[in-house]
Amino acid sequence: MVTILFYLFAGLAIGGAIGVVMAKSPVGSLLFMVTTLAAMAATFVLLEAHFLAAIQIIVYAGAIMVLFLFVIMLLNLGHDYQRDLKGGAFAVLSFAIVGAISGLLAQRLGAAGSSDITAGGVAIDAAIAEHGAIGAIAQPLYTTYVVPFEITGILLLVAIVGALVLAKKEV
Amino acid sequence: MELQPISGGWALIAMALKNLTIFTMVIIVVAYATLAERRVSAFIQDRRGPNRVGPFGLLQPIADGIKNILKEETLPATASRFFFVLAPILVLIPSLVTFAVIPIAAPLPTPVGVVDMIIADVPIGILYVLAFSSLAVYGVVLGGWASNNKYAFLGGLRASAQMVSYEVALGLSLIAVLMLTGNVTLTEMVWQQQQLGMWYAFPLSLAFILFVISAFAETNRLPFDMAEAESELVTGYHTEYSAMKFSAFMIGEFGHMVTASALMATIFLGGWDLPGTWDNAFWYQGQLIGGFAADGSVILAQPAVWKTLLTFMGFAGKTGFFLLLFIWIRWTLPRFRYDQVMALGWKVLLPTALAYIMLIGGSILVLDEIGVRWGFGYGLALTAISGVSTFAFVFFMDRGRTITGAAAQRSQKVEIKTIPQALAGADPAPAGD
Repeated sequence: MVTILFYLFAGLAIGGAIGVVMAKSPVGSLLFMVTTLAAMAATFVLLEAHFLAAIQIIVYAGAIMVLFLFVIMLLNLGHDYQRDLKGGAFAVLSFAIVGAISGLLAQRLGAAGSSDITAGGVAIDAAIAEHGAIGAIAQPLYTTYVVPFEITGILLLVAIVGALVLAKKEV
Repeated sequence: MELQPISGGWALIAMALKNLTIFTMVIIVVAYATLAERRVSAFIQDRRGPNRVGPFGLLQPIADGIKNILKEETLPATASRFFFVLAPILVLIPSLVTFAVIPIAAPLPTPVGVVDMIIADVPIGILYVLAFSSLAVYGVVLGGWASNNKYAFLGGLRASAQMVSYEVALGLSLIAVLMLTGNVTLTEMVWQQQQLGMWYAFPLSLAFILFVISAFAETNRLPFDMAEAESELVTGYHTEYSAMKFSAFMIGEFGHMVTASALMATIFLGGWDLPGTWDNAFWYQGQLIGGFAADGSVILAQPAVWKTLLTFMGFAGKTGFFLLLFIWIRWTLPRFRYDQVMALGWKVLLPTALAYIMLIGGSILVLDEIGVRWGFGYGLALTAISGVSTFAFVFFMDRGRTITGAAAQRSQKVEIKTIPQALAGADPAPAGD
């Protein structure tokens, strides 16, 4: 059952990713992107990482992609009669890069075997049993990795302030 | 008799039955919520409302449904067909699937095991609800955009800006609840309210108020229905929709309302919990327990069919109360201006929610440090703290208009202008000059 679901959602994620680059209109691309993100969230659920799945949907699909959608719609990009996306050399280049990355990944996974992947699931199960779905994330995040976590927070804050300064600049 | 959760083939059957009954129930409640809205609005405005179809108009939703199916589906010439059809579906689905994580009654004992009265008790509970409600915005914004109509587009943009903004306040007002519960599943929220001996509406009163306000904005209901402000935008994002596609938007909106009502009932009014400890039940380390004895040992729960039925009625009553509140407020308050809606969300609700998180977090820390036992006294202490902050919030929000309004009016010297006797008595200017 889990295997069937995994292949279903993996197929959806890959199909969505292909759709992002192949779609005619930017809005279509964006919805394919949302499909990919949702399918990824579903695979997270299959790995018992419920919290990550929820955050994936809330943050990426529910907030960031909506902002993208705003931009696309407000600029009124995308008409059925013309392609906004560039083709040709870019497509070849991007496929080459993605192919290289996935080849590298497949090689690594082949070397490590599948035991590492299932071992992670067991460890997550134990952590969830002890702390609950959110505690399993929060415990390491606020103890072991608190400094990188805070630094990332400051980085994001700086980015937001920077965006505000740029947006408020007199043109 | 040792109580075990239902398992194997029976569990599948129970799951199928639960899915079927709960979603059918939600759809029926949605249908009758549309009728209730029209009847209640008629009552408030001293009219009769729809009363022709069936006794008291009870068959009106069926008539509406048939009418909407038989009507012609229009597709604007300049609309993008695919997104135009997709949008109502994207509104409808998230509003219905959220009901899956809401517990609707006490566990039901059957000869083959105990059935939990919840479709899916997922470990992320409330986050599942937030995730799906954040997806609902796509349908609205796509519907507005795909119609290729300025009114619809503006409505869609407004709706999505509003939903994204109020999601922040909604999530932050929930953090106080999560801190008090210690988990995110809705079943555990109900259980902790039973253990506390009071519903969260009291110890977390300010969170309750913030959540209700945000829920109104999230569901795009008056006084925050900027998306379909008739006087400005025709009907907003569904201006171009007709027949069943329009109906799907309506079902989505009312489904959102029903889910939000059930959610508010579960989080702040104890869900299916009724006063007293007789109905308490929770799965704890493989046992269905009804509470803890003073020495820390568990007391087993005594589930019964009548308890399930009674608690379900309690849940339905609380949900119905919030539904009525939605309708009642719609026909009582005028619509906000758009900038007022945004200012309320970002400048009032967001900082208040943040401050309240600090307050409740600090209070919980102090109460735990001085060793107050989790129970009624704990709840009372938090009720006092929250009560003060709620009063302060309402007082400052009110700016002395409602609370001190009556007193201020009495002290005001109102000059009643009377017509001087001489003038009143005098003959007016001769007519027919």
